[in-house]
Amino acid sequence: MSKYMVNLKINNMPIAVEEGTTILEAARKLNFRIPTLCHHPDLTVAGNCRVCVVEVKGARLLAAACATPVSEGMEVLTNSEKVRVSRKHIVELLLAEHNADCTKCFKNGHCELQDLASEYRIGDHVFLDLVRPESKIQDISSPSIVKDDSKCIRCQRCVRTCAELQGVSALAVVNKGDHQKISTFLNKPMHEVVCTNCGQCINRCPTGALTERNYIEEVWNAIYNPSKFVVVQTAPATRIALGEDLGIPIGNRVTGKMVSALKKLGFNKVLDTDFTADLTIMEEGTELLTRLKKALVDKDPSVVLPMMTSCSPGWIKFQEHMYPDLLDNLSTCKSPQQMFGAVAKTYYADKINIKAQDMIVVSIMPCTAKKFECERPEMRDSGYQDVDFVLTTRELAMMIKQAGIDFDKLEDEHYDSILGESTGAAVIFGATGGVMEAALRTAYEIVTGREVPFTNLNIKPVRGMEGIKEASIKIKNVKQEWSFLEGVDLNVAIAHGLANARALMEKVKSGEAAYHFIEIMGCPGGCLGGGGQPIPTSPEIRKKRAEAIYSEDEEMPIRKSHENPEVTEIYKHFLGEPLGHKSHDLLHTHYKPRKRY
Amino acid sequence: MENNLKKVDIIFEVDEKVTPIDVLDKTLKRAADEIILDLIDSGLKGRGGAGFPTGLKWKFTRNEDSDVKYVICNADEGEPGTFKDREILDRVPEKIFTGIAICGYVVGAKEGYIYLRGEYNFLLKTLQRKLDIFNSQLKERNFDFTVYLKSGSGAYVCGEESALFESMEGKRGEPRNKPPYPTVAGYNSKPTVINNVETLVYTTMICHMGPEKFKALGTNDSRGSKVFSVSGDTPKPGIYELELGMPLHEFVNEFGDGDAKAIQVGGASGHCVPRKKFNDTIIGFEGIPTGGSMMIFNSSRSMYNVLHDYLEFFTEESCGQCTPCRVGCQQLLKGIEAVKRGERPPAYLEDLKKLTATMKIAAKCGLGQSVGNPFNSIVDNFREEIIY
Amino acid sequence: MSRIVNQFTSHTQFTNHKQYFIKLKLEDYMSTTEVLVKELVEKNGRTRNSLMPVLQGIVQQEHYLSEEAMLFVAKELDLAAADVYGTASFYTFLDTVPRGKNIIRVCKTITCHMKGKDEIVNVLSNALKIKVGETTHDKKFTLLTANCLGWCHKGPVMLINDEVYPDLTPQKALEIVEEYAKTTH
Repeated sequence: MSKYMVNLKINNMPIAVEEGTTILEAARKLNFRIPTLCHHPDLTVAGNCRVCVVEVKGARLLAAACATPVSEGMEVLTNSEKVRVSRKHIVELLLAEHNADCTKCFKNGHCELQDLASEYRIGDHVFLDLVRPESKIQDISSPSIVKDDSKCIRCQRCVRTCAELQGVSALAVVNKGDHQKISTFLNKPMHEVVCTNCGQCINRCPTGALTERNYIEEVWNAIYNPSKFVVVQTAPATRIALGEDLGIPIGNRVTGKMVSALKKLGFNKVLDTDFTADLTIMEEGTELLTRLKKALVDKDPSVVLPMMTSCSPGWIKFQEHMYPDLLDNLSTCKSPQQMFGAVAKTYYADKINIKAQDMIVVSIMPCTAKKFECERPEMRDSGYQDVDFVLTTRELAMMIKQAGIDFDKLEDEHYDSILGESTGAAVIFGATGGVMEAALRTAYEIVTGREVPFTNLNIKPVRGMEGIKEASIKIKNVKQEWSFLEGVDLNVAIAHGLANARALMEKVKSGEAAYHFIEIMGCPGGCLGGGGQPIPTSPEIRKKRAEAIYSEDEEMPIRKSHENPEVTEIYKHFLGEPLGHKSHDLLHTHYKPRKRY
Repeated sequence: MENNLKKVDIIFEVDEKVTPIDVLDKTLKRAADEIILDLIDSGLKGRGGAGFPTGLKWKFTRNEDSDVKYVICNADEGEPGTFKDREILDRVPEKIFTGIAICGYVVGAKEGYIYLRGEYNFLLKTLQRKLDIFNSQLKERNFDFTVYLKSGSGAYVCGEESALFESMEGKRGEPRNKPPYPTVAGYNSKPTVINNVETLVYTTMICHMGPEKFKALGTNDSRGSKVFSVSGDTPKPGIYELELGMPLHEFVNEFGDGDAKAIQVGGASGHCVPRKKFNDTIIGFEGIPTGGSMMIFNSSRSMYNVLHDYLEFFTEESCGQCTPCRVGCQQLLKGIEAVKRGERPPAYLEDLKKLTATMKIAAKCGLGQSVGNPFNSIVDNFREEIIY
Repeated sequence: MSRIVNQFTSHTQFTNHKQYFIKLKLEDYMSTTEVLVKELVEKNGRTRNSLMPVLQGIVQQEHYLSEEAMLFVAKELDLAAADVYGTASFYTFLDTVPRGKNIIRVCKTITCHMKGKDEIVNVLSNALKIKVGETTHDKKFTLLTANCLGWCHKGPVMLINDEVYPDLTPQKALEIVEEYAKTTH
């Protein structure tokens, strides 16, 4: 259906745009940048910060460009005297209630308010300082997220993120007037509420009000400690986004440079979470086939379908809070990060002859929930905390800057061996649908002895940014031992972002759809849009990151997890077989219900 | 001086021969468009303060294509100095119900609501009882329309129409972006007429007496009469229905205590008129419009205290979502305190006045937009009292 | 902790004995607050639009919204707890801290200020031995101030619960509160 075109003028330049376009969008088409704070491309329009106000000729009031649709004959001025004075006032007002201790702020140099203040050359404060002393007490109760109300500008992007994208609403606007603030249920500390630690609020916070709990100093200390052997693992999605924080355009893979930088930082070994992603596929693929057999052939009532992936710690905590009755549907596999930690402090420590207690495992993750995950009591199967510190992609970029490394000039280097080898199937874990695709590449081949019937192994139906994806694969000409799967349509579903996960869970609960296997990633776009990834984020940015991930996959010499030689090796010499005794001890776990209310 | 103030008796008039339900019966026999024309012809503008032509509001809503529409009576009277809606609700609620029902008939709605401020909860029981009777009368007439009572819980900003919808939808009373306007997307995002209590009574009365009688009152810009809430330093505080367009000095002659130094017209968010301007101030849409509040201050009152009270009120009652209002109100309040204490120079008042100019055009709703009214009119006219 | 209710509530109607038995059992273990929330939700409907009347109903009975009450409401209306709290905390009358059985709200806005609300607040504060915002030890009274109550022509004015008391003098205010003290147990 074609829409009406609306003619208007912005700063005296004529333009025709579709009906329903906002002034902000129309101005962008003409390359007039209107500053925004509460506006975010992933969220509904709020129109509350008011920095985007523009003058509409003939109107008594200025219009919030983000919230005002264009109308025929409208004449907009984006930089009139009224607009400039008002906008400057608004920035000054925001600064008056903002703890503008910028040099000490974790977001120093990455703050949208700071940028605006700098743009408008806000000098001496005109207005009175309104920062409440009590607001300066940071909430550091969460291992993932630090909340600092004194930096908050009440744009409510976090609140909308938590509600609209994640369906969690751990954060809400509370009180009114001068006491209005962003808080939790009864102002409880973050670790006591339903927060999933996904960090999506951090990705959308324009200031330093929400930041990751950073462990940079702890990691430096470990590196400098001569009695510690520090190994680092890098998650799939870090390699396609790290560059964004280091001056490299969005959508560029920097795998080799990242490895090189990590070596220069002084990590003793640079290893890859992708290795345990492949291991996850072996375990989870086998678990799926076993569950299918138990459910479909043995009619074992204790086995529930659909099986759901368990790689995303934000999703896991969401499920513990929101759908505790569906916890048995989760795969028992630990996430690749935790499999890595467990294997590193046992198998790997043995191989390289280092005592587990002397080993520090650091993870570079696109994720803030991983910081919480590594501290879970379930994650100490090596006898120690399997993973010691988790850094976000952003924190790694900071360390690289601190070390004075010219990232762009680095030569590519290779991961160390062992625990450094991986496949294309592992790298696509970083995109929504990736775990599903990797699992199908392996499971289908186990069952039929043939590759998945998709051109170049690319299972397109499970890719893309649709909130919930569904696919069905007919299994034909199976091997003898899998005869019960002959002719079965394997129904799968994929959701990313917890609001979509919730919608999918409701479908599962209502019995509206019968799936065998479901992949859920807590963050929009999957890990590539994780709460630990470079800021900003938007649908376009995530699309570019996804393209980078799939291109990395295509260039890998091996693209199926079961063909990873180091994986074959670890089963042969250590684990035995997928779902075997040792796997059970080290690589699998169970989760417990948490309170939703 | 001779007093020409014209007292009127439309709102509270009780006519034993023609009850509100009789007016309803008569009106339901007429074509909806005719009723709208009458309202437009009468020149009735909203009595809540904003003054939008009532007939047009109804017309716009009638013209919307939607299965579900609503009529809402805004009884969230919260403007300091205003208490006329409470009196109307107490004394002639049937006239309000009738206005709601007529509106429902005109725009094609099946549900009407009265959003009563929580502070008036003591009225709930009686109102509900009278409403039950009214609803059953509608049923007897096979008129498919029901009026419900909803109650607020202490939030001035919910008097802002879109904030009121949010509140009725179980949310924080935060005003919405406009457009869309209520006539297109109001309560439950459906086309909605939202009228002030007094406005709805006038619609009933215009349907009863015809537009001519109403139009004959007032001036070209301000047709009809209006209920005024008179308080402060006056020997006769209370409710008075007066013809619009009166010169302020006549009002002062009637209601002042002989020592009036300023009148706050339109409540805390209105304008403060000093004695020297009494003679050339008209109360009406051509002069200073008002939702009915007239607060009189005599020479014993400190205008600093008056302004301080207002600003404290707005600082607390701002919904807090938009920057100009949330932070602006606090700056104005703390700003006059700082000037009073000598921590900021008197010239700082000019900075604050500039800030009110921004609030006036950049705040999201009428609350933030109007804080400058009392601020500027008091600071300009009583500057010494603010500083010293 | 809320009291355990031993009898089922009047609104529940049962069609057969089995249901009767189960219901009775369940409600045996429900707190008064939970029963109240269920009743209010039943009466107003299980939608977000019912949130205000449900919260108002709780405050009517229990004088404030306890953590327990807000959690039950969130559960019944399928809302996030933070959302319920965020909404409640917007409204002055939806208190989320414990309040006394009688909540006194003295109007503090301009005309009441001019007509002597300070004296009213002082005399009540002294008599009840609490400051504004506090609750008496016996939980009979909470003393608060409020923004304009809409009685500017008859100030000073106060609300006690839903009842309004205009044209106050300190003496009158005291007498009224004393009367409440006598009748509140």
